[in-house]
Amino acid sequence: MNETALTRNRTGNAIIHLFFLLLSVGILAPFLLIVSVSLTDEKSLMELGYSFLPSRFSLVAYDFILRTPAALLRAYGNTIIVTVTGTLLSLLFTSMVAYTISRRDYRLRVPLTVYIFFTMLFSGGLVPFYILMTQYLHLKDSLWAIILPGMLSPFYVLIMKGFMGKIPHELIESAKVDGASEWRIFFRMILPLSTPALATLGLFIAFNYWNEWFNALLFIDNDKLVPLQLLLVRIMNTLDFLRNNSEYIQNLGLDMSQLPNESMRMALVILVAGPMMFVFPFFQKYFVQGMTVGSLKG
Amino acid sequence: MHSSKTAWRVTAAQAEGKTKSRRKFRSGDKELTFLALPAAIYIFVFSYLTMFGVIIAFKNYRYDKGIWGSEWVGLDNFKFFFLTEKAYIVTRNTVLYNVWFWIATTFCALLVAILLNEISRKWSKYYQTVMFLPTFVSWVVIMYLAEIFLHHDYGFINRLLESLGGERIRWYLEPANWPAILTVAHLWKSIGFSALVYYAGIVAIDPSYYEAARIDGATRFQMVRKITIPMLAPLITILLIMTIGSMFRGDFGLHFFVSGNSPLLYNSVDIIDTFVYRALSVSGDTSMAAAVGLYQSLVGFVLVVAANYAVRKINEENSLW
Repeated sequence: MNETALTRNRTGNAIIHLFFLLLSVGILAPFLLIVSVSLTDEKSLMELGYSFLPSRFSLVAYDFILRTPAALLRAYGNTIIVTVTGTLLSLLFTSMVAYTISRRDYRLRVPLTVYIFFTMLFSGGLVPFYILMTQYLHLKDSLWAIILPGMLSPFYVLIMKGFMGKIPHELIESAKVDGASEWRIFFRMILPLSTPALATLGLFIAFNYWNEWFNALLFIDNDKLVPLQLLLVRIMNTLDFLRNNSEYIQNLGLDMSQLPNESMRMALVILVAGPMMFVFPFFQKYFVQGMTVGSLKG
Repeated sequence: MHSSKTAWRVTAAQAEGKTKSRRKFRSGDKELTFLALPAAIYIFVFSYLTMFGVIIAFKNYRYDKGIWGSEWVGLDNFKFFFLTEKAYIVTRNTVLYNVWFWIATTFCALLVAILLNEISRKWSKYYQTVMFLPTFVSWVVIMYLAEIFLHHDYGFINRLLESLGGERIRWYLEPANWPAILTVAHLWKSIGFSALVYYAGIVAIDPSYYEAARIDGATRFQMVRKITIPMLAPLITILLIMTIGSMFRGDFGLHFFVSGNSPLLYNSVDIIDTFVYRALSVSGDTSMAAAVGLYQSLVGFVLVVAANYAVRKINEENSLW
């Protein structure tokens, strides 16, 4: 390469890096802003507004939340229960059915596959689902209402089937010759062999349960059963109510400054979302695998 | 449990009776069927029973009377919806947002992916990690992030406008800005993943094309235009067709939470999904919500089938079935 081309290349590279640096700053900006707000003294927030550097540093918001952590801890507890139970059940159901349709010699392979994947094309919609859950399964105000709905997805089955289809059939045949039943083959041989796929998919499912809010919004009214994401929705709604009815509240003789304030809300968001923001990026590689496989044909 | 077992026996009997050339139902098949049974029952309850539940759309559903006891009303629920302006607004919004998001995402993701390919692997990995962070943030949290920028009194943007001598904007009351705000939120959350899809496509291109072009003295820009983009065309087409298939479904979290569910914004942010949710859980219009849901599912079904047909015509490998 001659010299002019080389310098042109270098300027080109510098421009590209500048583009990505600006993009990265733009992407990180909301995170920086929320951390800064949570660390800012309430009074100076009211005066100076939200900014990227705390106008007056204060840990009061965190102190306040962590002094009475009951609601936050309960929400963590609920989310952990939902995530652990949901992920384990989901992996079990998914791998069991995915294995059967990955077996080319299974008699009901084709009808079962059609039965599963037709549900990707047509659904009854939200209302029949809601009525089934509340009127027939009586799952209103139960953590099962968050666990069950997303437990088995045709996409998950597709991913698992793709993986299990690659296990050599000779292995299964030889186990059968040795007199092993299909159950035994599945639990003693197929599941251990599928550990990498189970880990990838399990991570993906766990992430979905951890960030679940839709079913919680629909089915959870009981304060004791609120998971993390719903806790955030509720706090926002309460605050909207207070803002829109501030006169009414003042008439009641309540002091607005005693109610949940700006920096406290943002501190709570960080305590809710923060831990996972640090954990999940470490598994980015597996997420990418899960998501790209899910969008391809199995 | 019981009915599924008998159903299986019937199928097994049919299978055995039908043709002798087809293999018999062995004990292995029986065991495999038991393995599949939990999922099969789950799917029956959560998918097929709810499909049957669409009859609510043709009834005046009342919780005290149940599905069977509620009175039939024919197509009244559909009429009630389609005679209002709402039907047009939510359908238009759902479709336009999908089309526009596809265009914006494709453009930005292609740009990012092409540029990532121009720099060293080490750096492109760092940038990708940063771009991937928002993928892990839920819409509920993004609602708070958006509010920090858009809050009327303390919001970052309003304070910035003021310090520049401008006037504050009542973001949550003025619908005109929202298509742009939702686009930014959508891109912010999804760019990491969509850029990665295209980046993976670019990395898979045979490097000998680029070497040949380099020997012929092609510039980087020429290589992008004459090699990268044409080689990505099939991928772009597939993603377009998938978008068409889901044209009638929107991102509930984006439209519901980021806009703060503010009623004054409905004209510009409301989509079918949020409309159905509100009809069900806020205004209690259960049957009408069911009718709108069925309308969405039916059109969605037609679109998926049509999109798949189109894919098969272009390239059978990439079709769903």
